[in-house]
Amino acid sequence: MINYDLAVIGGGPAGMAAALKAKECGVEKIVILERAETLGGILEQCIHTGFGLHYFGEELSGPEYAAKFIDLVKETDIDVKVNTMVLSVSEDKTVTAVNTSDGLIKIQAKAVILAMGCRERPRGALQIAGTRASGIMTAGTAQKYVNIDGYMPGKKVVILGSGDIGLIMARRMTLEGAEVKVVCELMPFSGGLTRNIVQCLNDFNIPLRLSTTVIETHGKERLEGVTIAQVDDKLCPIPGTEEYIECDTLMLSVGLIPENELTKQAGISLDRITNGAIVNEMRETDCDGIFACGNVLQVHDLVDYVTLESQIAGEGAARYILGKDSGEKVYIKTVPENGVRYIVPQKVNIKSKEDIKLYFRVGAIYKNKKLTVEAGGKVISSKKKVKLAPGEMENVVIPSDVLASLGGTDTIKVRVED
Amino acid sequence: MYDVAIVGAGVTGAMTARELSKYNIKIALLEKCNDVAMGSTKANSGIVHAGFDAAEGSLMAKMNVKGCSMMAETCKKLNVPYKNNGSLVVAFSEEEMKHLDTLFERGVKNGVPDMKIISKDELLKMEPNLNPDVFGALYAPTAGIVCPYELTIAAAECAVKNGVEFIRNCEVKSAKTDDEKITLDTTQGEIEAKYVINAAGVFADDLARMLGDDTLHITARKGEYFLLDKSVGNTVSHTIFQCPSKMGKGILVAQTVDGNLLMGPTAEDIDDKSNVATTNSGLDTVKKFAAKSVPSVSARNAITSFSGLRAHADAHEFILGVSEKNPRLINAAGIESPGLSSAPAIAEYLSDTVKSVLSDIKIKENYDDTRKAPVRFRHMTDDERAELIKKNSSYGRIICRCETVTEGEIIDAIKAPAGARDVDGVKRRTRAGMGRCQGGFCGSKVVEILARELGCDINEITKFGGNSNILFDKTK
Amino acid sequence: MKKDMNCVACPLGCLITVEYEGSEVISVKGNTCKRGDAYARTEITNPVRSIHSTVKVNGGEHPVVPCKTSGPIPKSAIFDVMKEINKVTVDAPVKIGQVFIKNVCNTGVDIVATNNDNGK
Repeated sequence: MINYDLAVIGGGPAGMAAALKAKECGVEKIVILERAETLGGILEQCIHTGFGLHYFGEELSGPEYAAKFIDLVKETDIDVKVNTMVLSVSEDKTVTAVNTSDGLIKIQAKAVILAMGCRERPRGALQIAGTRASGIMTAGTAQKYVNIDGYMPGKKVVILGSGDIGLIMARRMTLEGAEVKVVCELMPFSGGLTRNIVQCLNDFNIPLRLSTTVIETHGKERLEGVTIAQVDDKLCPIPGTEEYIECDTLMLSVGLIPENELTKQAGISLDRITNGAIVNEMRETDCDGIFACGNVLQVHDLVDYVTLESQIAGEGAARYILGKDSGEKVYIKTVPENGVRYIVPQKVNIKSKEDIKLYFRVGAIYKNKKLTVEAGGKVISSKKKVKLAPGEMENVVIPSDVLASLGGTDTIKVRVED
Repeated sequence: MYDVAIVGAGVTGAMTARELSKYNIKIALLEKCNDVAMGSTKANSGIVHAGFDAAEGSLMAKMNVKGCSMMAETCKKLNVPYKNNGSLVVAFSEEEMKHLDTLFERGVKNGVPDMKIISKDELLKMEPNLNPDVFGALYAPTAGIVCPYELTIAAAECAVKNGVEFIRNCEVKSAKTDDEKITLDTTQGEIEAKYVINAAGVFADDLARMLGDDTLHITARKGEYFLLDKSVGNTVSHTIFQCPSKMGKGILVAQTVDGNLLMGPTAEDIDDKSNVATTNSGLDTVKKFAAKSVPSVSARNAITSFSGLRAHADAHEFILGVSEKNPRLINAAGIESPGLSSAPAIAEYLSDTVKSVLSDIKIKENYDDTRKAPVRFRHMTDDERAELIKKNSSYGRIICRCETVTEGEIIDAIKAPAGARDVDGVKRRTRAGMGRCQGGFCGSKVVEILARELGCDINEITKFGGNSNILFDKTK
Repeated sequence: MKKDMNCVACPLGCLITVEYEGSEVISVKGNTCKRGDAYARTEITNPVRSIHSTVKVNGGEHPVVPCKTSGPIPKSAIFDVMKEINKVTVDAPVKIGQVFIKNVCNTGVDIVATNNDNGK
């Protein structure tokens, strides 16, 4: 058994920011456990730019954004174990992991930060009929093949799902010489950022077909084509709208799922909508001393927000470890209403004496609406919004004085209003 | 020249190869695909049937009941997971209850032990998640579950270890027979054998025809399935059948030996014997009928769907033994359900046939009918894991996180006799890529390991042989 | 003439309306920052983009190392620049910011490394 003050599971942007913040706050013995060969997480394969505008005020590529944190980690005495897979985390904060050099490791930590990120939804969950040909892969897998391994995973490509990874891959494949035939989106709107639709599709005349899905794959060995069809408002394919598109590759960008297997094993409660842990304002789960941040907690749109969230978790873990969080705690719930799908954190301590930022997403595209925040039955803010979209995370601040005025039975509600 | 060439490395061919490998004869196991278990065996319900379905006195009935009784021991020797979970044929009306009596009586005549007709109350006590509208069920405690490709892989491995030559990507193009031998013209060149065992599944009639036997007619009967996540694997513990129809045993809901839940198959006769595409209508049928037995099962928990082809002979009977038209051809055709259940018995039957035609056949002294248990990191205790990694550090690198599969296990799968040559082959042997993310995370790593171990470039690695390549050229 | 466009200067993606005559911009509306104004004007007169790709690396941890244009290039030059990027092979080690191609296709922009590769 090895003893650490803090064990951070995952060395992507979330894990690094959390560990660095905890260090800054005075935590001594910290270890980051990372399953890949290097720190950086998924950023290593996201070679497009658009990272860091909020946090660094400059537009960086994924590896550049990661490198800034990797360099900072190297300057500290934080232990980093790469090629290390965590097998389990227990309620008493024992972490079991394996790697080739240490073998089986058991770590007893005072606090644990879960920063495992998320994974892509695979084909099986979509129930596309047809053959099991090769050439059907998630956009993230394709991204790794192109950007890290230097191989083309396809030449004629259809992309299902217009989330950011799908859009980014449409451009990457085009630049590397592939023909991207169409991007299909089941919903009547894209889940990706507008700038990506402009730069990744419109610039290259790649059609985006909304309310359209892939219903069948063809080809016995390598994929030879797909059948696409329009869907009705219940998202069911409309007979007669089928269209065959010849392609050798189908890339799926149909959603991200927080990787919470370890979280579930530890008995931590999850939010049904985010598929991440239920946390308080310091990103502490319902298991004392276990925190969660980054895409394992909620799928973020921008890494900058991952960094900010993870710093909160790092600070929270530091306070827990150093015994500085002993003040009175009265938690009240945050409640998403009309149009708001979820809120993180799901509960906040009204005795916290600090402003608290709530992050959330809306469930549909809204234009010229108001975002209204109600605390203890009183509207505390109502902000006009030109556009709200499910692809983009929104946030509102609950000032500390408002929190202080609330009682234990109050709630904080956020909703979309006319 | 081989004494025996077995065409087709499905469960029938592989189990027969293993059985014959105990003798001092030269055997080739030919497979047109890049791996064993690529045809009807691969997409199969994995049920070891008790044996009350087949007509009294049929070969099917005999092989099934005998095979079922041999399965536990066979699996033990081959270190293949087997579970004797019992089966239930569920009735939803008085009329269906009467049909259960017919099945029961037939089962008794076929020699199926310990069957029981049970009441609704008993049934719902055994399986609380069943549709409460059930009337009762036929309970057959001898039925079990086994993974069909795992059994085949293990049997092939055992056969190869005992000297059988496994030749993959070997499709028979044409064949001729003379007084001494059969000459097969294959995609791997000419192969000569004194006797050919036809275990070619849905293509068995085509192969027989090449060898002058036009008495066989095999129809490919498609069955579509959903495989559900392990989180719902315990919804039922017995295999749940509905009352059978003339197209087969209907849609079942069953646990797999790996703890997933399986629902299917449909039954649809098709013309193209290589068409294993799933269809929207087929998958809808599975959902509908599975929900009739177990209302809570939902395709929302599906991790994948797939389909397979049954090799249906016109008479719905196994065709086993020396061909009437060609004395050097031994048929093992029309092996549809209960073919998996019957496999150990069919292997013995065919082995007896070979003994009757080959002179000087003797049991080898060094024959070993076992297969060593593969390393299964996920089933080990932490102490065992620590010990294992100390001996070989490649077991300390987890490649598939959903199923906890190590690099060492993948290397073992590639290096094994008749080992994996493609991504799906690694998946079937180790479960890497079989979990909830379906290879999203580990797929590219498996490709890398395969390329390294096989000494080729990663763009030569395929999903399942042929043109199922995963990557094209280098970007730069 | 009026044109609606989505700003790509940052992930906000403001919807901007530009009024213009020929290549002369009369007004820019809908942007929430200066960068949006600048983006809209360039988009009418001379649209530019940043691109990113990889170059082949000898003796690297990976077969390729990522790169980007050090600034925006004319949209029309994207595929010419890609051709130049595809010709380059570099030796490990590679440092972030290392210039692979100076003044690519006379755009005044360099192709620079966006990740470190310490070599095998």
